[in-house]
Amino acid sequence: MNIAIASGKGGTGKTTVAVALAQTAAGPVQLLDCDVEEPNAHIFVKPEACITHAVNVLIPVVDESICDANGKCSEICQFNAIVSLKTKAMVFPELCHSCGGCLRACPTGAITEEEQQTGIIETGSRDGLEFVMGRLDVGQAMSPPVIRAVKKHTKQDALTLIDCPPGTSCPVIAAVRDCDFVVLVTEPTPFGLHDLILAVETMRELGLPFGVVINRSDAGDRRVEDYCRDEKIHLLAMIPENRKVAEAYSRGESITTAVPELVPLFRSLLEKVFELVGEVRT
Amino acid sequence: MTELVIISGKGGTGKTSILASFAALAGNAVFADCDVDAADLHLILNPTIQSRNVFSSGHEAVIRQVDCTQCGECYDVCRFDAVIKSESHSGELKFTVDPFSCEGCGVCVWFCPVKAIDFPECVCGEWYVSDTRFGPMVHARLGIAAENSGKLVSLVRREAKKIADEGGRDLVLVDGPPGIGCPVIASITGSDAAIVVTEPTLSGRHDLERVMELTRHFQIPVYVCINKWDINPEMTESVESDAVEAGAVLLGRIPYDREVTNAQIRGVSVVEHGKGPASESIRGVWEKWLTM
Ligand code: SF4
Ligand code: SF4
Repeated sequence: MNIAIASGKGGTGKTTVAVALAQTAAGPVQLLDCDVEEPNAHIFVKPEACITHAVNVLIPVVDESICDANGKCSEICQFNAIVSLKTKAMVFPELCHSCGGCLRACPTGAITEEEQQTGIIETGSRDGLEFVMGRLDVGQAMSPPVIRAVKKHTKQDALTLIDCPPGTSCPVIAAVRDCDFVVLVTEPTPFGLHDLILAVETMRELGLPFGVVINRSDAGDRRVEDYCRDEKIHLLAMIPENRKVAEAYSRGESITTAVPELVPLFRSLLEKVFELVGEVRT
Repeated sequence: MTELVIISGKGGTGKTSILASFAALAGNAVFADCDVDAADLHLILNPTIQSRNVFSSGHEAVIRQVDCTQCGECYDVCRFDAVIKSESHSGELKFTVDPFSCEGCGVCVWFCPVKAIDFPECVCGEWYVSDTRFGPMVHARLGIAAENSGKLVSLVRREAKKIADEGGRDLVLVDGPPGIGCPVIASITGSDAAIVVTEPTLSGRHDLERVMELTRHFQIPVYVCINKWDINPEMTESVESDAVEAGAVLLGRIPYDREVTNAQIRGVSVVEHGKGPASESIRGVWEKWLTM
């Protein structure tokens, strides 16, 4: 089963919830950190025996001795990533989406493709928890290829928890796609509510079942709760504000170690999710 | 004219609350909300929309079923698994495009032997020019699950600059998105300076390192301010010294203060709310910036 932990707004406690669920779940569990622009889950999981591999994308290379500047490549490219100049074509790798169009469209066979690194993946484990994280190289614009590479590590026979990037655009879509359930983490503030509504609209558009966790639930107002009630959205858990949690977070300590009283809350949160997924499936 | 971008690397560090206070203090500025994916600045600046514009960018493949001969060429050439092949009970094949996976590369459109694929332009969102109690504001709303946020960011910045130029305003304040990917790159390239708002946590430190690598890559002068510094004073010290070593100038510290949330609930900036210690500290950070 794949469960994504997401949020419209950043900094609501998404990673805290993802790590806590991974650490309290029984049986084979894996945690995939798909927030590849700013991955943080490893700080709390502290995985061991890590192996790093590169994530590569295919970038076209033009053989200038063959290229006759016929311009087919720049005609097909939707991203201005290859431009046919007077005598030869030039590639702008940072704009390229690796669609392979120019390679196919070139009538002279002047284009080949070369692998270029865009990020890395690290795999490791800790106390039986399997951990996979993606990290986009600084200066690279597109995170979906790295997110898709992380998700290739999903195992069929395990509970897979996915820490998603914030927001509602393409990186989030890449992360939540094909998940069985999405846990949306928010906080009870006007910003939290506004960004939650966007996240809810996104999940509805994608047709994904979801529920809401309100973090620091007593630190704001009641509008998020009211919204969930009015919209008939499953409220999965409320995590009260606690200075101990904030301090543990700052030191990179996971919430379940720092505040063990909260373990039952995460257990029942997970049970609720299982129940809801079961309802959807039958 | 100066273009100042506020970013954070990590989300939720209080960037927008601080920017809204700067807006109140600045006097003669234009504001650009470039966090187009989760734009919140309007909740505080309460803009009155003057003009509303459609943002279209990129294309999306749509297969015309009446013309499709089920040859499967599109399915073979699409590298994004966006073409979905399904089989009916009678064994008839059907090819459709999943709009959420389609990157709009147009390869299927080009290679379809019977030209059965349409390629309409996508409406990806809306952008607005507005008035606020502190000055003009340009903001946007990216469509649900839409792409091209980088292009929308560039557009919002461009329009804000134009307004500043025409109105003789000397500052554009840009609220940037979290992360280090395409919308962030679009927010900072070519700007005059970036203020990074971070927090004294291991995650905050990790993300600050990465976002400063990015500002270095694009050669943007960077200033750092630590929000909620008293959550972990030791970490604050070490984040600050790392930042200075990496070439940043420090602008100051802001304490954890529940009044920041209360200001947000009232829909006003922290300095207008005027209660609690954070308000004074934000003023201090702004004054320090003015001396730079
Ligand atoms: S692979 Fe696609 S995106 Fe890249 S240069 Fe070629 S046509 Fe453009
Ligand atoms: S436009 Fe590109 S991404 Fe979209 S379906 Fe066609 S080949 Fe696939």
